[in-house]
Amino acid sequence: MKQILILTKKELKGYFDSLMAYILIVVFLGLSGFFTWLYGNGDVFFINRATMQPFFGIAYWTLFLFIPALTMKQIAEEIKTGTIELLLTKPVSDWQIVTAKFLATLSLIAITLALTLPYYITISNIGEIDHGAVITGYLGLLLMSAAYISLGIFASSLTSNQIVAFLLTLIIGIFFQILFGMLSMAFSGFSSDVFAYLDLQSHYSAITRGVIDSKDLIYFASLIFAGLAASELSLIKRNLH
Amino acid sequence: MDISIENLTKTYGAQKALDNLSFQVKTGEILGFLGPNGAGKTTTMKAITCYLSPNAGDVKVGGVSVLENPNEVKKNIGYLPEHNPLYLEMGIVDYLKFIGELQGVDKAHLMERVNHMIQICGLSLEKHKKIGELSKGYRQRVGLAQALIHDPEVLVLDEPTTGLDPNQIIEIRELIKQIGKEKTVILSSHILAEVEATCDRVLIINRGKIVADGTAEELRSKAKGNEVLKVGIAGAERNAAFEALKALPDVELVDFAGEGKNLYEVHSAPERSSCQSIFDLCAKNGWFLTQLTPIEKNLEDIFRELTKDN
Repeated sequence: MKQILILTKKELKGYFDSLMAYILIVVFLGLSGFFTWLYGNGDVFFINRATMQPFFGIAYWTLFLFIPALTMKQIAEEIKTGTIELLLTKPVSDWQIVTAKFLATLSLIAITLALTLPYYITISNIGEIDHGAVITGYLGLLLMSAAYISLGIFASSLTSNQIVAFLLTLIIGIFFQILFGMLSMAFSGFSSDVFAYLDLQSHYSAITRGVIDSKDLIYFASLIFAGLAASELSLIKRNLH
Repeated sequence: MDISIENLTKTYGAQKALDNLSFQVKTGEILGFLGPNGAGKTTTMKAITCYLSPNAGDVKVGGVSVLENPNEVKKNIGYLPEHNPLYLEMGIVDYLKFIGELQGVDKAHLMERVNHMIQICGLSLEKHKKIGELSKGYRQRVGLAQALIHDPEVLVLDEPTTGLDPNQIIEIRELIKQIGKEKTVILSSHILAEVEATCDRVLIINRGKIVADGTAEELRSKAKGNEVLKVGIAGAERNAAFEALKALPDVELVDFAGEGKNLYEVHSAPERSSCQSIFDLCAKNGWFLTQLTPIEKNLEDIFRELTKDN
């Protein structure tokens, strides 16, 4: 546990030292702020209700695009520069490294999301807001981010090329983000159900609507776990070639 | 802390990198690990440091197996990997603190250790820089500093002096020697002079197998064979001296060494020395010796002989 904390601290500090964190925060706040308040078609004033739904809608896509950029270097760069060997010959396990990298990126996303709390305060001052839906909305964003971070770390562990890791995360991610939903509509019967279950958006919107169902939580938990376990395996595979 | 390598085998696909390799290193010994490229030096080191797990066999560091308890083993090892990977965007102090924490140096002593490492590795003037801003020699020192930060019992160094200038090489060698008095050190190198200068014992491996094991002197005497002398004679006509040398009973073969100078390479007959007869020959003819030097087989020749064709 202590090792995970040391590694997480180092990774998180790395984000802030490399400007990556500031770029993410500024661009995320800019984009989500613009579409929540100013865009016109679909913003808070257009809907004319005190709701965070426009923000959760835009954050869903912004994070989907940003997370691969944050995770792409995580392991790919360590493989490229050889520092992975340095880490793994310290009293640290593969699992601890993967978990620490996951936690560091998730913390950065959490910090970014925390900075959007003024939106919530402002809107709740304008009118009656459904506080429960806001809390579950943030929870949904965190869960969705966690799922894509673990996918991103897995992609990053497969290659020493950051661009490949970035694109791979987007390509696999787009299936969960939208394609599985489309596929479930195109098919019928059992396969339709399978695709519908795999579709991340349906689980996400269920949570952001304020409904916390164990089915959705299990979905996210298994995605996160699968991604991290696959990353660990991909690190361990150095012993197989 | 002893290291014992037991029947280590590692294959990469069809290629056998290590082939049933076994050897021991005792506490306080500096072991030089030699071998041509691809002989298995780095693979052995990676197995000792728990980065790669072997297909068969085991490594025990202080009696603890790398297969059963890798974290315990890693705590006792300071490792400088090949090519010295570093986090270039980190500052030297931050980096050493990070590694120190990972190695379990307690908080109270952490800064003290970091400062001590900076001092003994000669990084005092550079300590506020980022690692990426350092020259190769200084990066190598940072690599060494991180390997030593937790005062490990065992030090594994994969080509520790590559990229250093001659002064730095000597400094680093001195440092390794000093550390090697109490600790167990394994260092790999392809610079033979370095191994000779630093190590108590030399291990030459080729294609994953040990081909020689012993002190540099032992290896040299084993490979010595017949005496070879370099002889310089002045006051004599070049060919006359050549013929006279050739006629000596102890001499098997004479060769000119160097154009235009009266220098010869004299190979003595097996088990014989021709020093005295050469001296007598000169005394008799009124010539004088400018040179009479035994040509020693150096480690390089031994190395080449052992790793050439098997």
